[in-house]
Amino acid sequence: MTTRLEKMARPESLLINMGPSHPAMHGTIRVMLELDGERILNSEVEVGYLHRGFEKTCEHRTYFNLLPYTDRLNYVSPLINNVGYVMTLEKLIGLEVPERAQIIRVLMSELSRISDHLTCLAAMAMESGAFTVFLYKMKAREFIWDVIEATTGARMTTSYIRIGGVRADLHPDYQAAVEKAILETRKVLKDVHGLLDKNKIFLNRTRDIAIMTPENAISYGWTGPCLRSTGIGYDVRKAHPYLIYDRLSFDIPVGERGDNYDRYIVRMKEMDQSLRIVEQCLERLRKSPSPVIAEGIEPAEAVRQGRVQRPAEPVSLSPNLEGSEKALYPGILAADSRYVIPPKEDAYTSIEGLISHFKFFMKGHGIRPPKGEVYFSVEGGNGELGFYIVSDGTDRPYRLHLRAPCFHVVAALEELIRGRMIADVIPTFGSMNMIGGELDR
Amino acid sequence: MEETKILETLKEKFPNGVLETTALLGDETALLRRDDLLEIVDYLRKKPFAFNLLLDMTCVDFPGRHDRFEVVYHVFSLALNRRLRLKLCVPEDEPVDSLTRFWKNADWLEREAFDMFGVPFRGHPNLTRLFMYDGFEGHPLRKDYPLRKRQPRIALRSPE
Repeated sequence: MTTRLEKMARPESLLINMGPSHPAMHGTIRVMLELDGERILNSEVEVGYLHRGFEKTCEHRTYFNLLPYTDRLNYVSPLINNVGYVMTLEKLIGLEVPERAQIIRVLMSELSRISDHLTCLAAMAMESGAFTVFLYKMKAREFIWDVIEATTGARMTTSYIRIGGVRADLHPDYQAAVEKAILETRKVLKDVHGLLDKNKIFLNRTRDIAIMTPENAISYGWTGPCLRSTGIGYDVRKAHPYLIYDRLSFDIPVGERGDNYDRYIVRMKEMDQSLRIVEQCLERLRKSPSPVIAEGIEPAEAVRQGRVQRPAEPVSLSPNLEGSEKALYPGILAADSRYVIPPKEDAYTSIEGLISHFKFFMKGHGIRPPKGEVYFSVEGGNGELGFYIVSDGTDRPYRLHLRAPCFHVVAALEELIRGRMIADVIPTFGSMNMIGGELDR
Repeated sequence: MEETKILETLKEKFPNGVLETTALLGDETALLRRDDLLEIVDYLRKKPFAFNLLLDMTCVDFPGRHDRFEVVYHVFSLALNRRLRLKLCVPEDEPVDSLTRFWKNADWLEREAFDMFGVPFRGHPNLTRLFMYDGFEGHPLRKDYPLRKRQPRIALRSPE
């Protein structure tokens, strides 16, 4: 089967493939180029190499079960995907989330946004030859992922945000870890500003290259840092505030020219703003401390006692269920047994807890939102991350669709690189932050 | 602009084109007649509404209905900071007018819908599969496509 480009190409021009396995095509994408010397006459972008049938799979999973699949969309900022999906469902069922859980969600979203931007710019810089920047940024990302790992138990596939709240309360030592991450990230950002901002080589490859006009960006449906780099200050967090964003103070950095450099600098400035938000979240969390868990009886002992009567003392859970004790539930999860799993203590020691646990996971029961359809979006690392859910009243979504922000951004690649050099593809593509899992779904 | 005014104005302006309007859960939705899509979208894109961003487009499959597919657009107005959902009901194999003349990202979105649901778009410049490969049989997001269906092997491409 010949592609459109092959049919249209002039006989004297050279056709080459960039990707699907090319070091600079992180994620898997194929860009076919029609070249005249080093100049790109035309190109064709082929996507779908990472298509895993996310939407189809979700139609066959219950609302609770499909949460881990959302981690694997934008795998650099999985927590934002979790938040997006979970909040769409909460909008559909009308569930109120406790304040503390909202703060934790914002904290986790912003940490993920920083790690998303760090990864994008690290790759972009490395591909332009700045390997030091790559290493520095990866280092900063590690500190952020330490925080995420300590709380969620995983670095990337977190599944931490749950319907009605979050899975567990923050790790006991989170304050120190987050402060360390903030400090280290600030240091790295300062270093990177110094290394790249006025770097001749970097400027030559990014300044005035692949310029996007605001009108064109809108026509392509760009959102997020890429749209803001063209000078349009649209951010879902400000335009349609969700969680506690309307009570936090942060700015929306915008660019001027919409070229590669602006996309870089907007992301850098956004990380500063995200760090500001993280600090405000820490402040708020300090004001609402979680209850101190007293030492309880052993789980086996609790189960034994539970056969006769409900254990009077608190039960100490196993270490890997840290932060999900019953005493913490009011702060982190909504009190609605239709949508939230009962605490493990209840499931093991009381018949009511066992029944509600069983009913939650039994086929055809569990979370059954009312019939209807809903669209909700959050500000993801790449832009407006929207979920569209059609419910038919059963425990599985009838249709679940993801509005992937980088889908729209990458769609503009062909136009941005037309008439430019081959080498310009690399920083242009790098500045778009294409994430295969999100684009191809 | 008042909360319900967009839908009301739309209904007044296109009494035949707008079949139904709802605003469930705050999502304003207009069900449009398929033939009037271009005209209505053109109207919405202009002032005073200026719905200049095509956020998303997708389909929903309802096998058994006469109009099997529901094509769903989400448009956004930066000026009003409002979203609007437009829906069309389309029978199988009936074409929908392409919106590529208004929005550039409609190109890929419509290719995706064609790929996943087999909805043809009239006036699309290059209506080919987007995610799936050439030679893929069927449309995976249709409800009658089994979850674990196997695809036949495709022949190796011979160098020409």
